[in-house]
Amino acid sequence: MAESTPPAPSRGDTLPKARFNLTWPGRIGAAIISFWLVVAVTGPFLAPFTLAEFVSDNGFAAAKGKILLGADYLGRDLFSRIVHSAWLTIGMATVATLIATSVGSALGIFAAIKGGWVDMVISRVVDTFHSFPTLMLGLVIIAALGPSAALLILMTGLIYSTSVFRIARALGMDITVMDFVQVARARGEHVGWILFHEVLPNAATPLVADFGIRLSFSILFLSSLSFLGLGVQPPYADWGTLVRENMPGLVGGSPASVYPALAIASFTIGLNLVADDFAASSGRAIAGKIA
Amino acid sequence: MLKLILQRLAIGILTLWLVTILVFVGTQLLPGDVAQAVLGQSATPEAVAALRIEMGLNQPAIVRYGSWVSGLLHGELGNSLANGASISGLIGQRLPNTLLLAGLTAMLVVPAAIGLGLASAMYPESVFDRAVSVVTMFLLAIPEFLLATLLVLVFAVQLRWLPAISYVSEYRSLEQLARTMALPVLTLSLVLLAQMARMTRSTILNILSSSYIEMAVLKGVRRHRIVFRHALVNAMGPIANVIALNLAWLVSGVVIVETVFAYPGLAKLIVDGVASRDYPVIQSCAMIFCAAYILFILLADIASILSNPRLRQRRD
Repeated sequence: MAESTPPAPSRGDTLPKARFNLTWPGRIGAAIISFWLVVAVTGPFLAPFTLAEFVSDNGFAAAKGKILLGADYLGRDLFSRIVHSAWLTIGMATVATLIATSVGSALGIFAAIKGGWVDMVISRVVDTFHSFPTLMLGLVIIAALGPSAALLILMTGLIYSTSVFRIARALGMDITVMDFVQVARARGEHVGWILFHEVLPNAATPLVADFGIRLSFSILFLSSLSFLGLGVQPPYADWGTLVRENMPGLVGGSPASVYPALAIASFTIGLNLVADDFAASSGRAIAGKIA
Repeated sequence: MLKLILQRLAIGILTLWLVTILVFVGTQLLPGDVAQAVLGQSATPEAVAALRIEMGLNQPAIVRYGSWVSGLLHGELGNSLANGASISGLIGQRLPNTLLLAGLTAMLVVPAAIGLGLASAMYPESVFDRAVSVVTMFLLAIPEFLLATLLVLVFAVQLRWLPAISYVSEYRSLEQLARTMALPVLTLSLVLLAQMARMTRSTILNILSSSYIEMAVLKGVRRHRIVFRHALVNAMGPIANVIALNLAWLVSGVVIVETVFAYPGLAKLIVDGVASRDYPVIQSCAMIFCAAYILFILLADIASILSNPRLRQRRD
């Protein structure tokens, strides 16, 4: 049958062209994110000292000359350690968020298209995981399997995929009742086609806005675990680890633990500023769904 | 309506049951043998075998699950693997501290957040509203431990007004208690305040955009009368929903704050438990946290059912 019909101009949609202008806060956010991405990639080559090099005999030595932010609790250069651990902090969270977004949106839209008992079973399972406080779920899983980097990434991705699932399903529900999806169903397209060519392109912008928010959640979550001593293990370190190990200096007035925490905060604030612009351009209706 | 509430209650209990399975399976997944882990690598095989029997590890998992759940229901939580102390005793010491921290925070934040949210919703896009929106966005985007460390640097190190670490057991007077609790409560409160004020604002704005409010505006009713007589009455339910959801957030919020200030609460107990793989402690604490969380979510659901006439009157 397909051969006899004239070639249709196009079946389904391609991604709509991104059309939004960044506001000033959004531009600042984009600049902060770009800055840290550059640091993450080039940092290991540019940092004045290595991760484990000692620059002082005293822990928490004050900033002086080449030692921009002072020494950490063992006398290593804090600035270099922040620069060196940027890629791990940002990389782990990014991979985790990619997992969350792809698994969550594929499952969510699939559930919306299928409906019926398939939707019910998936939703119930997701709801159960969602009824765990995120940090508790993380603690139980880490207690069981130990904090390896691969596990931390996979775990974070799966935990946040439950939130993405809810948004994607809600978006999918709205889109699957549209005429063009009904037409595709009537044409006899299979679920995969409808998911990737009919529904997903129309849900893309809010899902991208959600990606930004989700990435900032992932960074905060992974840093919190590291801060509790249950995240990335030595000799590796992320920004959360740096905050944790320098905490003892705080009582003595050393700001060493504040700098890596500021690094985390600047990145997550940047993400929020950009995501706000995205959410604004994709309609405020979406904001309600994200909350 | 009653049917709908009972339905939610049933779902809550079902979820709690699924959570017990998840927690149990999770803590049984420990790679290697728990008995081996407790005794260390140098233990003789005989000692490990004896401990396995003592801990009941030779029984099938389903039997162990059954006895764990029945123990939970009877309040028999077993003993800590790390130091052999009774877990009920440990929790008895720590739980009041956590409840004190969370309770004080809630008492401070709930009225403040509703006031702030209401004020920003009454004058949307005003300078005040924008300022609140920016400040709360920053507070929510930064990690809790940054806020905590900054507060310590300012109030404990620079000004020397408050202690940096909160050993609650040391207090003797009410004043001392207040000083010890001040920084942990302040940290938690700022984050909770930001979250709750934002949610309250959007809830009220949502109601202010409904058609009966437009009607009142067209009739010429004054602004504060619209907000207090028309909107606020209808916002009670949604706001109760917001309060319950945010109290649920406190369940994970206390974890970081208790760790920063070395506050001897339940969260500190579970974090230490995870570090030393003390699985009976993890199981019990995780169940308490999850039960509290599910309870608050349930209360949030019930609040929105009670406040929505369409749900309240539903016949089916």
